[in-house]
Amino acid sequence: MTLAAFQGETLGYGGAAVLRGVTLTLDRGERLVLLGRSGAGKTTLLNALYDRLTGAGLRVALAPQDHALVPQLSVTKNALMGRLDDHGALRNLWTLLHPPARDRAEVRALLDPLGLSAQADRPVEALSGGQRQRTALARALYRGGEVLIADEPVSAVDETQAVALLEMMRAHFPASVLALHDVELARSFATRLVGIRAGRIVLDAPPGAVSPAAIEALYA
Amino acid sequence: MPERLSRPAVALIFAALGLALVPFADLGWAGHDPWAALMRMARGFLAPDFGAIEEIGTALVSTVAFALCGVAVGALAGLALAPFWASALVRGLSVALRSVHELFWALLLMQVLGISPAAGVLAIALPYAGIFAKVFAEQIEEADPRPAQVLPPGTDLLSRFLWARLPLIWPAMRSYVLYRVECGLRSSAVLGFIGLPTLGFQLDTFFRQGDYGAASAIMILYVLLIATIPLWLRLRAAVLWLAGAAAWLAMLDHPPMGSGALWRFLTVDIVPAPLRRGEGPDGLLPWLGDILWTQGLPGAWATIVVGQIALVLTGAIAFAGFGLVVGRVAGRARLLGHLGLVVLRSFPEYMLAYLFLQVFGPSMLPAILALALHNGAIIGHLLGREAEAIPLRRDAPQGVTLWAWELAPRLFGRFVALCLYRWEIILRETAVMGLLGIATLGFFIDSAVAELRLDRALVLLVVTGAITAGADAASRAVRSRMGAVREVSTLDRALKPLETG
Repeated sequence: MTLAAFQGETLGYGGAAVLRGVTLTLDRGERLVLLGRSGAGKTTLLNALYDRLTGAGLRVALAPQDHALVPQLSVTKNALMGRLDDHGALRNLWTLLHPPARDRAEVRALLDPLGLSAQADRPVEALSGGQRQRTALARALYRGGEVLIADEPVSAVDETQAVALLEMMRAHFPASVLALHDVELARSFATRLVGIRAGRIVLDAPPGAVSPAAIEALYA
Repeated sequence: MPERLSRPAVALIFAALGLALVPFADLGWAGHDPWAALMRMARGFLAPDFGAIEEIGTALVSTVAFALCGVAVGALAGLALAPFWASALVRGLSVALRSVHELFWALLLMQVLGISPAAGVLAIALPYAGIFAKVFAEQIEEADPRPAQVLPPGTDLLSRFLWARLPLIWPAMRSYVLYRVECGLRSSAVLGFIGLPTLGFQLDTFFRQGDYGAASAIMILYVLLIATIPLWLRLRAAVLWLAGAAAWLAMLDHPPMGSGALWRFLTVDIVPAPLRRGEGPDGLLPWLGDILWTQGLPGAWATIVVGQIALVLTGAIAFAGFGLVVGRVAGRARLLGHLGLVVLRSFPEYMLAYLFLQVFGPSMLPAILALALHNGAIIGHLLGREAEAIPLRRDAPQGVTLWAWELAPRLFGRFVALCLYRWEIILRETAVMGLLGIATLGFFIDSAVAELRLDRALVLLVVTGAITAGADAASRAVRSRMGAVREVSTLDRALKPLETG
């Protein structure tokens, strides 16, 4: 079942085209990984996918590259922000003042495997870069949904942890689109690799069908 | 105006303008022997007399109570307005609220509410609501928008604000509210001079009785009260403080006010006289022209004369004085300089002018001195703190050489920007000085209110607002032409509450 599709479209911000001739589909059960040099247009494509998917009424979890956390709030509360649209304003206000035990426990169950349980009640501004990245991931995991959109979600953690985190993402979401810069991780995670170069999609194939030379050409 | 203005050019233009106005200023102390008055006061001030502690305590508690309630109501109203800042109606309301000085608000409110706690609280709350709305709106605007952008699409507006906006601006808001409490304590003290039972009232009483010892005691306690705000005012305990303040105000005796005062105020008192007398719109223009010609113009001229001279003197005091609080310049004298600046900063301009009036008699001199010392101390304090933060090479000179070669050149742009920022505030305060009998706009407003000609007072208030708004616009125009000076925003960290130590 197709969740989102682009047919030769031009994508960009405020009239400035970043990507041209984009043809791409995302089906349930697929895991897309975008590859390409920084500035190639990966984030543009992720944003366009996010708009398309939410526009179609799908529940999408988002982990942006800059995390977009609220530094003054605790890790738990930042994670709880993933489900604010599920409740009314009053319930959210109450949660902000005093998170219900059930919600806390649910977040806690995610923070444990993320290695954040010791930081659960610390404000995000007191955390390291890697911990912040995992907090943003916790928010996305807590939100859940049909699709995960994540921009470099494991750039600030070591490789062992990165593998474990990607495994969590795979387990939680029926479909996902990630931007990654580590080619090995990308190959092991993706069902399809999407390569972007010079404002165009130049590669769209399962990892087994993509040669190392084809990937190297993306970064040349 | 030319496209670029150098900072020295700006300073020179303002200095020349100020000096050119000196011949028009009434600076005499005719018929007064300032030295005798000064000696009498100095003797009293060196021997503070805490004997009247009951009156002093009551006045101080009332000062705090009015300040806390006024600031709290103002902050809540401002917070409620801030999210709607995009609306021209809200912005206009905010401008109108804050362009009228607390004392003028009090004069108007007392026509409706009498000399009552409600009049005092609202006199602080109304202009502060306008200021809070603007500052909170700026803080919201400057906060990182990304957390709000990544919230799930269906999140309601309130949750959006409370979860992804408020936490980001909370620290800045909190420190701004604390700074405003300090301002509120000054406003509240000054309200006493027009009859509310705060510090100004008690101070005036002591002065009339010639009891300088008691006046000294109450002022010492007042400075201590302001200097220790960070110690006694904890936002966590705000609810307790507010409950106490409200209870105190509720217990105050006040004369009853006849019913229907608000209705009369709105339907009779502020209706322009020609309309009230049934002359119709034809009488409106001559009426307006007469007020502007006989009161608006002379009042505005006096306000500008006093304000511009005070601005130049403010600059001179701040620029020459900021070194006094920098350790490498002043050495041990730094503590003394710090104390001097804190004391001058604690006393509102109006109260200083009242004191100087006792010394020099009625002229523009007390107002100019008061404005320049208070504002000069504030700017000097800010510059001094910035000077302390400048990283200096280890072999940098000391004393006046350091001030002249390292600090003054680096901070000159900042200094000019700060003075321009206070320009509007100085003019606003200058207008109010008229209540002390100096011929600025406040004098004519006060007379109009006393004669129950509130329609006339309203016209003069609009003139006052136009002058401060003009200064604000001119200040922004000059600042933008000076280029790369860091903008002095109302959110500036430098405007934090007084720090002890």
